[in-house]
Amino acid sequence: MIQPATGTALKSRGNWGVLALWLLPLLFLGLFFFAPLISVFKLAGEAAVTAAPQANLLDRITRPLGFTFYQAALSTLATLALGLPAAYIFGRYTFPGKSLLRVLTTLPFILPTVVVAAAFNALIGPRGWINLGLMNLFNLTAPPLQMLNSLPAILIAHVFYNTTIVIRVVGSAWSQLDPRMEQASRVLGATPLKTLREVTLPLLRPAILAAGLLVFMFDFTSFGVILLLGGPQFATLEVEIYIQALHMLNLPLAGLLSAVQLLCTLGFTIAYSRASLHLNVPLAPRLQGEGMRRIRTWREKLLVGVTIILLAVLLVLPLAALGARSVVRLEADRGERGGVQTGLTLDYYRELFVNRRQSLFYVPPIEAARNSLVYAGTTVLFSLTLGFLASSALARRARINRVLDPLLMLPLGTSAVTLGLGFIVVFSRPPFDPGSFPLLIPLAHSLVALPFVVRTLLPALRSIPISLRQAAGVLGASPLRTWWEVDLPIITRAAMVSAVFAFTISLGEFGATSFLARPEYPTLPVAIYRFIGQPGALNYGQALAMSTLLMLVCGLGILLIERMRLPGLREDW
Amino acid sequence: MRNWEKTSLLIALSIVLIVACAPRIAPLTATPTPAEPAILRVMTHDSFLVSEALIAQFEKENNVKLSFLPSGDTGAALNKAILSKNTPLADVFYGVDNTFLSRALDEALFEPYASPRLASIPTEFKLDAENRALPVDYGDVCINYDKAYFAENNLALPQSLEDLTDPAYKDLLVVENPATSSPGLAFLLATISHFGADGYLDYWQQLKDNGLVVVNDWETAYYTNFSGSSGHGPQPMVVSYASSPPAEVIFAENPLTDAPTASITAPGTCFRQIEFVGILAGTPQRALAEKFVDFMLSVPFQEDMPLQMFVYPVQPEAKLPEAFVKYAQLPQEPAALAPEDISTNRNAWIEAWTETVLR
Repeated sequence: MIQPATGTALKSRGNWGVLALWLLPLLFLGLFFFAPLISVFKLAGEAAVTAAPQANLLDRITRPLGFTFYQAALSTLATLALGLPAAYIFGRYTFPGKSLLRVLTTLPFILPTVVVAAAFNALIGPRGWINLGLMNLFNLTAPPLQMLNSLPAILIAHVFYNTTIVIRVVGSAWSQLDPRMEQASRVLGATPLKTLREVTLPLLRPAILAAGLLVFMFDFTSFGVILLLGGPQFATLEVEIYIQALHMLNLPLAGLLSAVQLLCTLGFTIAYSRASLHLNVPLAPRLQGEGMRRIRTWREKLLVGVTIILLAVLLVLPLAALGARSVVRLEADRGERGGVQTGLTLDYYRELFVNRRQSLFYVPPIEAARNSLVYAGTTVLFSLTLGFLASSALARRARINRVLDPLLMLPLGTSAVTLGLGFIVVFSRPPFDPGSFPLLIPLAHSLVALPFVVRTLLPALRSIPISLRQAAGVLGASPLRTWWEVDLPIITRAAMVSAVFAFTISLGEFGATSFLARPEYPTLPVAIYRFIGQPGALNYGQALAMSTLLMLVCGLGILLIERMRLPGLREDW
Repeated sequence: MRNWEKTSLLIALSIVLIVACAPRIAPLTATPTPAEPAILRVMTHDSFLVSEALIAQFEKENNVKLSFLPSGDTGAALNKAILSKNTPLADVFYGVDNTFLSRALDEALFEPYASPRLASIPTEFKLDAENRALPVDYGDVCINYDKAYFAENNLALPQSLEDLTDPAYKDLLVVENPATSSPGLAFLLATISHFGADGYLDYWQQLKDNGLVVVNDWETAYYTNFSGSSGHGPQPMVVSYASSPPAEVIFAENPLTDAPTASITAPGTCFRQIEFVGILAGTPQRALAEKFVDFMLSVPFQEDMPLQMFVYPVQPEAKLPEAFVKYAQLPQEPAALAPEDISTNRNAWIEAWTETVLR
């Protein structure tokens, strides 16, 4: 076991330097997170004074709470089970089609849940490709596979959504590991398994913990997946909050439930920052591709092959089913239930560009794509700037960090409905209403993106050996120059990963920020919701076509970010 | 060169940051001159749609710029209006229905306005005697069925709510969760109207025993579970709207000569949803708000609604489009409940339903 080094954190020039770094991130959190949240809790408190007391209150909290923990734990385990091998092959091997597969596995993250439900329906639904295929193959009259509205459907959808977090966070750390440590362990006679257990995994622990926590938080606050794919018999805290706040108009209970959720989140993040405090091992930056190898032995072939097949089935196949469904007409012959007449069509795409009903709220697809991209780009800028500041502060040793670190993660585990209602209360007046302050939406997106950015940047920042900085200082570099020449190149890879996360979060976000959406600037998810909310085959087809466009736009965006090189920096993995 | 590039990047980033953080100075001081159109803010639910030309005409005639604020589904939009009632986000609110009406009135959200256009609207729609909420449109939540399925299987249509518990219809009906869906709640209210507050749970127990399928939202029910939509799901009966069949024709992939679906309109099986508009209390634009309400109740707007929002006009003079006359059925005796009853009991009814059907 490698001893964790203790001297890695920078000696701070007093608490003032750290506080200065914290200034902007704290201001941001205060304005866009705590102010809205406090205003909602205040309203809920006022309403609770006049409302009748709730019957069997405890039961109404513990029942959703228990299920929330249960499904989040199961989902996180399932996601890690697929994500860790995938992170290994992405971090250690080169194989054809690697960058394409990496982009494809990121796409699920951006899709609105309504679309994911449609994708799963197109794949495993009663008239999905799999059931149609099985029915044709075995001459069945009824669909053999009944997957929707069950716990497995929830787990599969969570794996579908969140595996990319593990791949990106752990994979990037894995590729950055110094291969000499593993080589030394092998030379000293350790088996590959022992090397993995005693060298590699301990080195990766901060990354795995960070990825696990992010996945768990997402599953813990899961909402759309539970509603649409789990069905009505399952309710998480977030679903209950949504029902109580928006359908029962029971603000006191909704406020109480979101307070419970917030406390749980706070608990996880405190536990996490305690656990990760001394985990980081300083690592010298490695040459690009140093740890990468080709696939040689049959054992490696088997491992990589099986992992790729699993990724393809669980992550790529639903996307493909969605894309395929948007160009295929699936019109059952009237009076002949079994047979389905299929044909290729581009009608759905063509129809997107026509405002057939001269509607005032028609959204031209190009404009929606442009709005989405502008928001996403701005979100990357905001969250990376704030994230750099916050993680630089966290990388220094200061007492205040212990308090502030968990606060940064809170937005991720906060009820989107509660926060959204808070936005309405706080941002209802000029100059801060969404109409006169368009930056509000990318700022709200940054709130969700910031925890990802910080959790990705921080392990990289902490892994920089103090000796490098000292050497730079001895050679006469100013602190800024040291940051520019030493820190920045080492954390580029992590910065790229966080940029991709911020970008995708912004493109797909439809939680709290949907409360701020303005008809003047419709985004792709907004347009998708408009179509899917109406009956008729054409509307459904157009929603799927718009979703396919969203995937394409996002895929191109990710490719672009990954191709982008900051001036003078090394090749990315 | 490398340093120069890096430095310029840093400078560019800082400029962007500074610009982004600088507060926008809103031109609040500019007083609107008579030539400059005033702005009227209209808060609606997400299903609100209207023709561009109509709005342009209204804006031109009244020298006003309309700013619409779609704010989520019916419940979410109303909740937003209630939460922001001290600093109203809009001048007019459209989209509160008869299941939420009492709640909106209790919160004193609206100012009364006795529009002259109310005179021609039938009294059955005017649920608020003080005219704080004015009826605009209505629609019926009915069971839609897949015509082909019933024809192929020589199955007779159910003629009443009781018929649905017949084993002949086992596993054939999908409904929405009333806790999360507005048509789901409407159908629950239809059963309460028919069986009474102490009988409806037994009825739902029987439905459950007869293979009832419950999903959370209309989209899933209609597109995933219903066999008559393009989703081709397993259930040939779904709780939807009486106006869904004409929508199937209008939004068909290939021109259809007949609707693939129809509604069951037997007495007491449908629930009528009426949607209202109101002037939000404290608006500084009272005169314009009145004009807009009048406009919504005028014949051109009323005739525009059916093909935009798939609802029926409350003005009897408004003519229905052809697809509506041909494919939409209007139930003669829809179920009804007093808004005060709904408001007092809705949460208790929904919770009892949840315990019976879902647990």
